[in-house]
Amino acid sequence: MEKLLAILEDMKPGVDFKKEKKLIEDGILDSFDIVEIIAAIDDEFDVEIPVMEVQPEIFNDVEKLYALIERLMEE
Amino acid sequence: MKNIVEMLENSCSRYPDKTMLMEPEKSITYKAFVNEAKAIACKIIEKIPSQNQPVVILIDKSIQALVSMMGVLYSGNYYTILDVKMPVERMECILNTLQPSLLISDHKQWKTAEKLNFKGDLLLYEENKTYAIEEANLLSRRRKMIDTDPAYVLFTSGSTGIPKGTVVSHRSVLAYAHWVVETFAIDETTIFGNQTPFYFSMSVLDIYATLLSGASLYLLPKLYFSFPAKLLDCMIQNKINTIYWVPSALGIVANLKGLEVLPPKDVKKVLFAGEVMPTKILNIWRRHLPDALYANLYGPTEVTDICTYYIVNRDFADDEALPIGNACNNCDVIVLKEDGTQAKGDEAGELCVRGSFFANGYYDQVEKTSEVFIQNPLQPHYPELIYRSGDIVKYNEYGELMYLSRKDFQIKHMGYRIELGEIETAMFAIEGMDACACIYDTQAKWIILYYQGKNLTEKAILEQAKAKLPNYMWPNKFIPIKRMPYNANGKIDRKALKAMYAGG
Repeated sequence: MEKLLAILEDMKPGVDFKKEKKLIEDGILDSFDIVEIIAAIDDEFDVEIPVMEVQPEIFNDVEKLYALIERLMEE
Repeated sequence: MKNIVEMLENSCSRYPDKTMLMEPEKSITYKAFVNEAKAIACKIIEKIPSQNQPVVILIDKSIQALVSMMGVLYSGNYYTILDVKMPVERMECILNTLQPSLLISDHKQWKTAEKLNFKGDLLLYEENKTYAIEEANLLSRRRKMIDTDPAYVLFTSGSTGIPKGTVVSHRSVLAYAHWVVETFAIDETTIFGNQTPFYFSMSVLDIYATLLSGASLYLLPKLYFSFPAKLLDCMIQNKINTIYWVPSALGIVANLKGLEVLPPKDVKKVLFAGEVMPTKILNIWRRHLPDALYANLYGPTEVTDICTYYIVNRDFADDEALPIGNACNNCDVIVLKEDGTQAKGDEAGELCVRGSFFANGYYDQVEKTSEVFIQNPLQPHYPELIYRSGDIVKYNEYGELMYLSRKDFQIKHMGYRIELGEIETAMFAIEGMDACACIYDTQAKWIILYYQGKNLTEKAILEQAKAKLPNYMWPNKFIPIKRMPYNANGKIDRKALKAMYAGG
């Protein structure tokens, strides 16, 4: 989780990613951020997020995103 | 048919109950749309006693934005759409240029509208879409309209920092829409999936080709372009068959492997413009939708949207650049060299345009207008204007125009004239390259390549440069970037790169 937070904070300094639960709806992350986050997750965790899992509900909330990464790492 | 209003009514009388516009939770028929537009128009007529006045619209891309736009046209006035996300300062700058007496907004943007430093009247969309329609008032306005009256003023960033407002007439929009419908066989069975915002000239194609042909237009929310599965699902559900997107939107879908999982099989026409199309991205689309028609469109806002086009008719390697093709029907292009004579053979020169797609000029900028709308130097006998695009092009061996670069991207380096765009095309083809852009450091005399991508090394990039480009075109400096800066229209922001470079 710390690793994911570090990626995000590095990308968007000043955002409280632990607190924000509407990263997409509130417009904190845009489409270019999403592409970048997916690439960074691939680099750092060595998991490729399948396109069907790239959904606003998941990227709205860091916890949900992390849960997805954990699940993909186990698979 | 003399104007957009008649074009809309023509389609409405043919297809009154057909769905004209769609959004995720909403849709509207031609008849209902015309009624709402007329109601808004009657309210505008009450507020503005004269014709040919600017009306500013502050509403996000939606059905109500389009109703408001047509309402303004019904009232005999012209519109400017504001980007609801643009800084307040820029909105006020545009308001200051136009000095409109009326601004239309909806509940969603009302707070922003009220806060603006604006002395005119505010009109709330929701309160007026059912306003009483006075046909007699609409008719008396209609009688005075002519086809060279402006339909809208579209603002683009000017080099001085003050936005430039391009004034486009009904006639230009009509001429352009006719070309689109004829060339791409747009008809009542067409379902457009709109990506571009209404303050961007590319949306003119989606909107007015729909209006002219009785097609349907689905307004795809911006959010969907971050989530390809959602986007593609929506396209499949709604049987979208025609799209006209910027290359970066096509790129996001292709790069996240959306087309593999959810290929939008109904899509038969894929048109693109706005920036150079990376051939690698086009090839991914072609692999997944091999039967679709692909067309590369080119043109500036000053000729409504487009002046040349190329329908892809052969294979291209990932590092080959796509042609911008040939002039649209009823449009002529001239390639002029610096000395004002016509380029011959494969000589490079500035692309200039003649014809009915022409804009009227820039709002309140006579000098700027006369710099780019000039007397045709090849024809001195009677007044005839051409538009100088500032883009450098040349013909290839097939007689197709190739875009080389902006006049200001053309550099002189080690004695050679170099188009930075050519370097970018070659570099973009490297495996793992997501985006790249070149700038030129005129002091150090270095070509600087900014690149974004996974597992890329300077060595690999240099090898590609050596394999593809003559040595005087090899970048001198390679700077990895986590995220390419993009401007409001989704194009790579080269000014930001230069600023970044200057800041070390």
